[in-house]
Amino acid sequence: MGKPSDLLQGTLDLLILKTLSIEGRHGWAIAKRIQQISGEVLQVQQGSLYPALHRLEQQGWIKAKWAESETGRQAKFYSLTAAGRRQLDSETTQWARLSDAINLVVQES
Amino acid sequence: MRWLHKLFIQCQMLIHRGRAGRQLQDELQFHLEQQIAENEAAGMGTEEARRAALRSFGNPTTLRDQTRDTWSWQGLELFLVDVRFGIRALVRTPGFSALAILVMGLGIGANVALFTVVHSVLLKPLPFKDQGRLVRLYEANSKGAFQDNVLAGGTFASWQAQAQSFEGIAVNKGIEYNLSGSAGQLPELAHAQQASWNLFPLLGVDAALGRVFLPSDDRRDANPTVILNWGLWKRRYGGDPAIIGKTILLDARPFTVIGVLPAWFNYPDPKVQLWTPIYHERSPEVMSMHTAHNLDAVARLRPGVTIDQATAELNTIQRQIRRQFPDGPVHDAANIRPILDAEVFRLKTGLYAMFAATGCLLLIACLNIANLLVARAATRRKETAVRTALGGSRARLIRGQVIESLVLCVAGGVIGLAFAETALRWLVHMRQDIPRADSIHIDGPVVLFTMGVMLVCGLIAGLIPALSSNDKHILRTLHESSRSYTSAQGGLRLRRVLLGLQVGLTVVLLTASGLLLKTYNRLRSADIGCATHDVLTMEINLPKGSYKTPEQIVTFYEQLVDRVRQLPGATAVAVATVLPGEGHQRDDVFTIREHPALPKGQVHDASTYFADPGYFNAMQIPLLQGRLFQADERLDHSNEVIVNQDFVRQFLKSENPLGKHIKVDVEVPGADAGLEIVGVVADTLEDASGAPNPAIYYPFYSGTQRSATLVIRTTQAPSAMALPAQQAIAGIDPGLAVANVLTMDQILGQSTIGASFDATLLLAFAVISLLLAAVGLFGVLSYIVAQRTAEIGIRIALGAQRTQVMRLMLRDGLQPALSGLLLGLIASAGVAQLIQSMLYGTSALDPAVYILVSATLLVTAVLACALPAWRASRLDPMTALRLE
Repeated sequence: MGKPSDLLQGTLDLLILKTLSIEGRHGWAIAKRIQQISGEVLQVQQGSLYPALHRLEQQGWIKAKWAESETGRQAKFYSLTAAGRRQLDSETTQWARLSDAINLVVQES
Repeated sequence: MRWLHKLFIQCQMLIHRGRAGRQLQDELQFHLEQQIAENEAAGMGTEEARRAALRSFGNPTTLRDQTRDTWSWQGLELFLVDVRFGIRALVRTPGFSALAILVMGLGIGANVALFTVVHSVLLKPLPFKDQGRLVRLYEANSKGAFQDNVLAGGTFASWQAQAQSFEGIAVNKGIEYNLSGSAGQLPELAHAQQASWNLFPLLGVDAALGRVFLPSDDRRDANPTVILNWGLWKRRYGGDPAIIGKTILLDARPFTVIGVLPAWFNYPDPKVQLWTPIYHERSPEVMSMHTAHNLDAVARLRPGVTIDQATAELNTIQRQIRRQFPDGPVHDAANIRPILDAEVFRLKTGLYAMFAATGCLLLIACLNIANLLVARAATRRKETAVRTALGGSRARLIRGQVIESLVLCVAGGVIGLAFAETALRWLVHMRQDIPRADSIHIDGPVVLFTMGVMLVCGLIAGLIPALSSNDKHILRTLHESSRSYTSAQGGLRLRRVLLGLQVGLTVVLLTASGLLLKTYNRLRSADIGCATHDVLTMEINLPKGSYKTPEQIVTFYEQLVDRVRQLPGATAVAVATVLPGEGHQRDDVFTIREHPALPKGQVHDASTYFADPGYFNAMQIPLLQGRLFQADERLDHSNEVIVNQDFVRQFLKSENPLGKHIKVDVEVPGADAGLEIVGVVADTLEDASGAPNPAIYYPFYSGTQRSATLVIRTTQAPSAMALPAQQAIAGIDPGLAVANVLTMDQILGQSTIGASFDATLLLAFAVISLLLAAVGLFGVLSYIVAQRTAEIGIRIALGAQRTQVMRLMLRDGLQPALSGLLLGLIASAGVAQLIQSMLYGTSALDPAVYILVSATLLVTAVLACALPAWRASRLDPMTALRLE
């Protein structure tokens, strides 16, 4: 449908890892944060956010614990593991290479 | 490490799947609440905020499922769903399921039981340190005639001194001691072993209490010492540790108890109660002779030495010994067997044949289940087609069917395990002649085997029907309304092939059991040459301590025979050392005085027994020539012998045997000068499956034998004589123990128990598989009839005769049975060659057996097909056509 919120395949993982690298958050906060930082360009749909979070957890890149949220309700907080940090580094490098490459192609014409 | 972490997380997920599901729900709910809160903060009304949040949230169920998909246990969940589905499908047809589970249970149970026996008896290592290097040594004949002869004392000494291949060689010899009673205990005849001192260190066994023998105990002039087995110590001495150092009486001689063996130790068999040092118990003369063979030898190979190398070395030594002693029964070669093999090699063929039979049975059971499942698959073709049309993948459908059959097999396996446990208890009870029977247990490997069998059976029984139902013709299946008589040909052909295989296997089982049954009958009816009914026997062993002279021995037995003869019901009473059917016990080498000396290196050899004057009459062994022993031929006046017919045939040909003299090295007085042959009696058999062999009867009243068997022929039930006879014995010597009170029938029964057992068991398997095959035939033909109802209706309506219809249907049903029969007969001929060594007096291609098997199978097949075929011929054409 060409909405700006459509994310390039695989980049959601990178965004989540990056968001969590600063501090642990719960799912809603992660989505909000990505939206905010990207200047409302990137809209993370719940339909992709939660499967991604659970997949990353299974991979052992992020870990979760239940804690009290700012509103006083129990919420699931995700944070980065050491393996996740390494993963973030490698995905960042990869992303940089990819976007550079795309930029080169796009700007050439 | 990361995979470990992942595994940990996944396991947690598996265990807490339920909780994780609730948490996910909670997490998503929280997100929703946050969104609503935000919307409200942005100024929407409560209801509007909620709706907007839900809208942006999408379908919560889909979201939940998508998230759950990332969990690694999705496959498992689907599997569990399939299992639940399979169980539901099976519960809907309880009759079919119960039958299938029972069939699988029988098949798996029989296999597990036999596997347990094979595993525990043939495969499980003996519990000795480094048992791979333990071997049994035998004297052998270089021409291959005798391979497993026990060792002579002199041979043992030579091997021990010269052989370099072994870390050590030890010997032991079974014997019975009269263990005297003390403080009111009954005397008992104790199974014992005499052993060289190094046997225990060689096996790597230490005493549980006290110590084992030292070299200084194992000498003629040492103080008498004894080691008790754990069982005897617990049973007779109350497990009192103070027994060490105490004195017990064996054959009325004092022995000091120096040790108790550990509870697990049951070498060479669990009946052994105590051990004495062999060089103390046996004279130096006997222990240095090369001709008296009576020792079991065990050795430990040096690391790196193979059995072949060691055999070659012993052969060289033994050839030299033979050169030194060219006369007499001295062997010229050696044979070595791994210790476990030595214990069980006689059982191997029988057990493996049984195991193969249970394997066949299980395969038949699997084929039967597969067959039934094919039928079910056919009735569920519509369901399958609908599921396929709705997008059910072929893999998922196949998986469903396999899981269904797996559920059947697992249930069958559980029942089978219980069944095997019962069967094993029965088997151990029935077959006490099996060595290591005490080690037969269902243990870890057996359970693993059971699980493996369940899996394989489930796969076989499930995959055959699953793969046969292909989904290429969904449309046709869906189009087909009910004109189904041309359909399902593929399934039908498959069922016929399965049935043919099943019949073939059944024929093999039937033939094998038929051959074994015939063997057993031959053995049973083999005439061993003496009275076998109404004869009671019991063993008596006079202790050395109180019966020192031949006079004492002869007086005792004469008195005993006299007293027992007066008991009401006793028609004839006698004593002898070995009875027919008790196997080979003793043989002596001899020369005939009247003949020229034999060429160097050749000897005459005959079985030897001691018998009293009344023996031949009591056992009804006919006298053919000359006379029997007489009552006054006793002690020093007993230098006569009686020989059997085979002896005359082999050594005297056409000469007159009477008056010839036998020179033999035996305890009987005057034996070296020659014992005169005074009579010839008919042959008896030592072993029901053997041929007669030359035999010499020495006079029992020469008084040289302390152990003998009392024989009583009776007019009433022989077992009723047991108590009065024992009372008569106690009346002469109250301290005397009696052993093995058996009727002659029982003695013979023991010698054929293996054959009878194998035959009975195999027959049971064969009958079960015949039943299964019949059920299969019945099922297939009923199915064909149901499928072709309309066609048959048309045929009848067009004027076909009832008999024609019946013939048509019978042909359809009998076709797989006939091809199976042919297949089975060919396979049987091959299998029969494999069990040739178990057959006696029966050819592997015995025509009677094959004909009987074929007839049985055909009759069963006709019976199984008759009902459905008859039903087809009775069809009312109108009803049949209206069914459309």
